[in-house]
Amino acid sequence: MSEAQIRESRVANTPNPKNLVSGATGDWEIVLGLEVHAQVSSEAKLFSGASTEFGSEPNSQVSLVDAAMPGMLPVINWKCVEQAVRTGLGLKAQVNCYSVFDRKNYFYADLPQGYQISQFKYPIVGEGIIEIDLDDGETKQIGIERLHLEQDAGKSMHDQHPSMSFVDLNRSGIALMEIVSNPDMRSAAEAQAYVKKLRAILRYLGTCDGNMEQGSMRADVNVSVRRPGDPLGTRCEIKNVNSIRFIGQAIEHEARRQIAVIEDGGTIKQETRLFDPKNGETRSMRSKEEAHDYRYFPDPDLLPITFEQSWVDEIAATLPELPDDKKARFVSEYGLSVYDAGVLVSESESANFFEQVAKGRDAKMAANMVVGSVFAGLNKSSITLAECPISADQIGALIDLVADDTISTRIAKDIFDMMFYEGPDQGKDPSVLVEEKGLRQVTDTGEIEAAVDAVISANPDKVEQALAKPKMAGWFVGQVMQSTGGKANPQAVKVMVLEKLGIEEA
Amino acid sequence: MSSLIDLTLAESRDGLQKKAFSSHELTQAHIQNMENSRALNAVVLETPEQALKMAQLSDDKIAKGKAGPLEGIPIGVKDLFCTKGVRTTACSNILGEFTPTYESTVTSQLWQAGAVMLGKLNNDEFAMGSSNETSRFGPVINPWKSDGMDLVPGGSSGGSSAAVAAQIGVGATATDTGGSIRQPAAFTGCVGLKPTYGRCSRWGIVAFASSLDQAGPIARNVQDTAIMLQHMAGHDAKDTTSIDTPVPDYESALTGDIRGLRVGIPREYRVDGMPSEIEALWQQGIEWMKSAGAEIVDVSLPHTKYALPAYYIIAPAEASSNLARYDGLRYGARVEGNSLDEMYEATRAAGFGDEVKRRIMIGTYVLSAGYYDAYYVKALQVRRLIANDFHEAYKKCDVLLSPTTPSAAFPVGSNHDDPLTMYLNDVFTVTANLAGLPAISVPAGLDAKGLPLGLQLIGPAFEEQLLLRAAQAIETAAEFNAQPTTWWLNNE
Repeated sequence: MSEAQIRESRVANTPNPKNLVSGATGDWEIVLGLEVHAQVSSEAKLFSGASTEFGSEPNSQVSLVDAAMPGMLPVINWKCVEQAVRTGLGLKAQVNCYSVFDRKNYFYADLPQGYQISQFKYPIVGEGIIEIDLDDGETKQIGIERLHLEQDAGKSMHDQHPSMSFVDLNRSGIALMEIVSNPDMRSAAEAQAYVKKLRAILRYLGTCDGNMEQGSMRADVNVSVRRPGDPLGTRCEIKNVNSIRFIGQAIEHEARRQIAVIEDGGTIKQETRLFDPKNGETRSMRSKEEAHDYRYFPDPDLLPITFEQSWVDEIAATLPELPDDKKARFVSEYGLSVYDAGVLVSESESANFFEQVAKGRDAKMAANMVVGSVFAGLNKSSITLAECPISADQIGALIDLVADDTISTRIAKDIFDMMFYEGPDQGKDPSVLVEEKGLRQVTDTGEIEAAVDAVISANPDKVEQALAKPKMAGWFVGQVMQSTGGKANPQAVKVMVLEKLGIEEA
Repeated sequence: MSSLIDLTLAESRDGLQKKAFSSHELTQAHIQNMENSRALNAVVLETPEQALKMAQLSDDKIAKGKAGPLEGIPIGVKDLFCTKGVRTTACSNILGEFTPTYESTVTSQLWQAGAVMLGKLNNDEFAMGSSNETSRFGPVINPWKSDGMDLVPGGSSGGSSAAVAAQIGVGATATDTGGSIRQPAAFTGCVGLKPTYGRCSRWGIVAFASSLDQAGPIARNVQDTAIMLQHMAGHDAKDTTSIDTPVPDYESALTGDIRGLRVGIPREYRVDGMPSEIEALWQQGIEWMKSAGAEIVDVSLPHTKYALPAYYIIAPAEASSNLARYDGLRYGARVEGNSLDEMYEATRAAGFGDEVKRRIMIGTYVLSAGYYDAYYVKALQVRRLIANDFHEAYKKCDVLLSPTTPSAAFPVGSNHDDPLTMYLNDVFTVTANLAGLPAISVPAGLDAKGLPLGLQLIGPAFEEQLLLRAAQAIETAAEFNAQPTTWWLNNE
């Protein structure tokens, strides 16, 4: 399809009724495109050998090139090129064996050269696709227009001195990938799902750590609204939104603002806006008339980047399994639900953790344990998987104890809590805890029989009820489990209860 | 002692090796001459102490038999080259008292080879000019005089050419973006060579127009030029536009034998209004080449007339961006303002001279939305056609011969109000920059007023050896040994 045809087909897209926003005068459709700036994972900057480590003393990681000293020249860091190629492959995109660095000229205090080295006409990566996962289990394909490499600017600090601004150039020259989507998203949720998926892919690939709090991923969000079926409306660009939550808030606010303006008889002016997380609103930064003329031209200090297709193929051969493929495999190979598979693959670390737990074990039980217990525990304790106090092997051992009837699932839950949460037993092996606490499941029929007898004789009224309503047998099972401190094998208890009451399986 | 400054680079080198004199003596003689020659304004920063220290180290090395190929030879450095611990300004106010913490690749190679730094040489501000009148330090005066008038030494490397012509330095570094080595060499009776683009590293040289800038030597004769180039050339990983190809032995290429060499005469270089003296000199050059056994070939470079306009689009475009870093924030001069924009405006208004401002404005204009395709893109297309012209020409010949400039040195101040006439000085030289080719200017004679004139040879890429050999044939035939009278000397 030609670009025009693609645009046409997008415009003609029948809107999904779920995504329509109702205004005072009828329904509206939001149209969204994202430009995500992802910091390339690399030791050194795009054109200098200075370190990229986060959080160092201001201006401690600045080379002569980064500070744009007279006569300094950029030298491409091929590691960054490789990372861009790798990302392009992960986005199933066209990788261009010929690309060109251009200068984007503008003056600002944190831009020492007076221009940013970027790629304009010939980006390193062309069109690709990302499949996003929506809450209702649906997926949607979002087109990638391009990915290009560029330098980050430094950081201006306006709050350090009463009359002066300070500039920290540590970030100056760090490599960014600008990943531009097509205007294919129709709701804040879709935009958020897009960023989540993009971040997961980048993390799988190891090309960006996706750490939005540290600024290693930021998004410019293009928002416009239109009546369903109408051509594209005028867009506003919201700059530098730095969390998935803020992306949602910024879109919601901006769409509502635009709808209100149009419904009041106004028109949307193309402009750049800023999102203020304090009040959840966007405000105008500069209008189209004030937009810079960046005077892009090829950087004469740098030769075009050229490489062989065979190098691209070599990189392709080292690509890891990506989230979509992994998810499909988890469903087909392990029989997991699409939901569980989706949760598990959202981070490569959690997928790996699950696979280690599931190895040689019941996969569904492993998924339940990882999603239901481990992830819930991590959430509750506000820690990451890397900080998890118990290992995948320990979780596996716990599952093994249930599988061989050493403990019941209920005891397993208790043991998990002891192992996981802070306390004297945190981090201990489950088999040790079973022994120390005497939690081994009772399978001795004599012991179980005695416990069942005791409950039956103490509750003649319940026996009456159970005979009339066999489902009541469950109450006896529960009582026995309680009286044995959960250690009795629940299946054995159930069989014994039914036998003693003389009723058929409920 | 005064005779020491008369020695060429090769003679100085040989004398030092034979211990006929010490580097201290040689350097001291040049320092003395530098101080006596201040009337020329060729040197913007004298570094006698550093020179004597380096000379001492050289003498130690010579004594230990560890002398480098340029050991103990005092040279001057164009102020466009960053020199560690020595103020570097590109002769612009905007750089203030900027003192680099680093040394340009070209000069560090020269120091590595044993050369001694006498000082920093004047040039047009940011190398923008053809007369060395745009320097913040004022104009350089050509050692050559006519009718008692002060003449320009050419530009932008006017300090370098004047310093060599006045025997302040044994040789000098220079840079050439549109003729800034060759034209001043021609105006002062020196030899100047602009190497192939990528032959010398640009790292540490204040940038004017990155795709055109190239460092090269100005020296007293072809042999000295070859020796200087030897230690300036080479690949540098810090400049990705420098080319990784071996540096041949330039001096040994000077065999004097150009028999069978095919010398192309580009017919389009016969421009309207060219003085007959220049025409005659060119013809003389052709005869010399013929007598030396070369074959003369008529060639066409059909896009020549578009070279100057293309150059005056591409060079300012790159300059407008290259000079954006001089914003008063991190180094150099700053004029305070009430906002960032005011500070930029005040700093750049005070820091840049008129010619630099003119070129920044031209460059900004031709890169602007709506004009980019009509100017910049068109100029790049012309550039490609000019490179193709040369490519075609070199199927028929080995080198091209032309005058270096359309006139001899002109009086200081004569072209002040007419930038276009000033730009015309570059008409024969810009083509080599646009095509990235090596070119050399050799003094070939004097005009009616007794001023030196130069002939230019342009060679195929990385054929500096061929160029030097052919240039030496002209040098030999021309027997150019005229010297300016030393009117400027202050011998108190």
